[in-house]
Amino acid sequence: MNNIKKMLGLVWMAAAPVLIWFLASQAIQKIGNATEATKSNVMLQWVIILSIFAPICVGLFIFGYYGFKGEYDHLPESSAELD
Amino acid sequence: MSNTNENKSIGLVIGASSVGTLIEWYDFYIFGMLATIISKQFFPEDAGTSALLSTLAIFAAGFIVRPFGALVFGRLGDIIGRKYTFLLTLVIMGGSTFAIGLVPGYATIGWAAPIIVLVLRLLQGLALGGEYGGAATYVAEHAPADRRGFWTSWIQTTATLGLFLALGIIILIRSNQGVEKFSAEWGGWRYPFWISIVLVIVSILIRMKMSESPMFSKLKAEGKTSVNPLKESFGHKANFKMVLLALFGAVMGQGVIWYTGQFYAQSFIETVCKVDFIQSRNLMLWAILFATPFFVIFGYLSDRIGRKWIMMAGMLAGILTYRPIYQHFLDVTSVNNRVEKIDLANTVTAPLMASIDHKDNTKLYIIHKYDTAYTDGAHFRYTKTDTLHIAAAYAGADAGAISFTQINKLDSTKTDTIVAKIKAPTGTILDETKTASILVISKSVKPSVIIEKTLDNATYWNLIWLVFVQILYVTMVYGPIAAFLVEMFPTKIRYTSMSLPYHIGNGVFGGLVPFLGTLIVEFTKNADNPGGDPLAGLWYPIGVASICLFIGVIYLTNKVDKDVMD
Repeated sequence: MNNIKKMLGLVWMAAAPVLIWFLASQAIQKIGNATEATKSNVMLQWVIILSIFAPICVGLFIFGYYGFKGEYDHLPESSAELD
Repeated sequence: MSNTNENKSIGLVIGASSVGTLIEWYDFYIFGMLATIISKQFFPEDAGTSALLSTLAIFAAGFIVRPFGALVFGRLGDIIGRKYTFLLTLVIMGGSTFAIGLVPGYATIGWAAPIIVLVLRLLQGLALGGEYGGAATYVAEHAPADRRGFWTSWIQTTATLGLFLALGIIILIRSNQGVEKFSAEWGGWRYPFWISIVLVIVSILIRMKMSESPMFSKLKAEGKTSVNPLKESFGHKANFKMVLLALFGAVMGQGVIWYTGQFYAQSFIETVCKVDFIQSRNLMLWAILFATPFFVIFGYLSDRIGRKWIMMAGMLAGILTYRPIYQHFLDVTSVNNRVEKIDLANTVTAPLMASIDHKDNTKLYIIHKYDTAYTDGAHFRYTKTDTLHIAAAYAGADAGAISFTQINKLDSTKTDTIVAKIKAPTGTILDETKTASILVISKSVKPSVIIEKTLDNATYWNLIWLVFVQILYVTMVYGPIAAFLVEMFPTKIRYTSMSLPYHIGNGVFGGLVPFLGTLIVEFTKNADNPGGDPLAGLWYPIGVASICLFIGVIYLTNKVDKDVMD
């Protein structure tokens, strides 16, 4: 199981930039396709989406990194292990 | 005897904590439920859809700031104590909710109105961000180790009961006042905001009598409280990795299951299936009522068999059944599937009516109303409005509405002539011979159609059952999660550490379900399929829940941590 956790760590690390790229490309496409009347609304929506999900993707990358480094091989059972 | 005393004591702790948390959820949700009216009150009259979108953006802002509330108040809770911190969040929440009910409309104070409302909404979000973690931590730190899931599950019922209370109060006031009085500038829609202050004062009085959490008091007495809980929670790798695990392995999936079952379902039934306002809310009330006890049942069960697999089963159930359930919603409310049930004797088609726009008298509205009755008791009402652009401003615009004596088949590709009968203003005798020719130069591309469906009894209960099933998934993922989060983090940084992933998962991932679901449906619309795929919005909660389920199954442990004193 620990090997799976480590391998999946790489998957999460790869998924994070892919997700950011996907969201950014969607944003560019949708804003580009918007009419003059709807452009400001569409832009606002995508600014909100990107500003929320980009930091979360960074978190996913760090989570993957920790997984890859074996930080989740053993989960702490007391606070002493967290210190 | 000692068990009875223990139960009585923890019962008081739960009661006092739950009432306050329930009121905070109530305060938070009434805004969203009154969004349509609020958009008319706090934005320019002619802003239409953009006003509603802006109101929804203000509503969403409340969700987005919740993690910041978790940081601010979580830090306070880990430094000065649980009791005083969540007393403070209650005062802020109650005060800002009451104040929203006092803000004059756009008509009176202009753009200051939506700006003040936005500020108050942000305060609501911050307060809620601080409240939940405090209440869950407070109860868990009072609860005996082998019943922590059971006792904290009472706190978990409050979000759903807050929604229930908000729905109930709004329906009660609206039914008593009628739509017009309810929607007036100082009408009944403000009452749910004002009622909040009474509930909050009662709750504050109860909470004032509560004592500090025994675990936090012990830490404080020993001088072991955290000096900088933010740094300890997120600056130390050992804690931060657990915060990330809680978010990606449990809370983000829980958030989308929660908001799909309790918000997206209602929105879908009302806006896509077109079930009428009162019926769509009543069926939510019934489903919530039947499902709420299961929060406690699954909380209790989590003490026996562990938290993880109950939560994972709830996510899996949602992933596998959302699309069939929502497809069923569409099928049972579809006109096409009811053709053989049409009750022709009671089906009414009103005569075509027309009126000139009172602001722009080159616009002519043709209104077609018909009410289809069905043999099983259902009624589907349609109001179709075609907007025609007439050749010249119509001089008789002020004469009131006009009704047709003759109408050619409307055709947007050619110029047409409509012969209409002028209807005289109220109080004068209608001259039957008075007619006028109106030259139509174009027809609107897309007529507006308002559909309101009143369901028959069998379909109504069928929908209640399917919403109940979705809320059952909510109880599976949400019932055990407070105990699960409490057990993940040590006492001295618990408030801060559990609050942040909870509010990102529940508030951000979950709170965005209605918005992103609607946006994804918009993406599927094209010239060949102008309505888009109404089920496409479900890919967002299904996708997030799938990733969370996968991470949870692989990375989380099912072990119940008996000792949270450390």
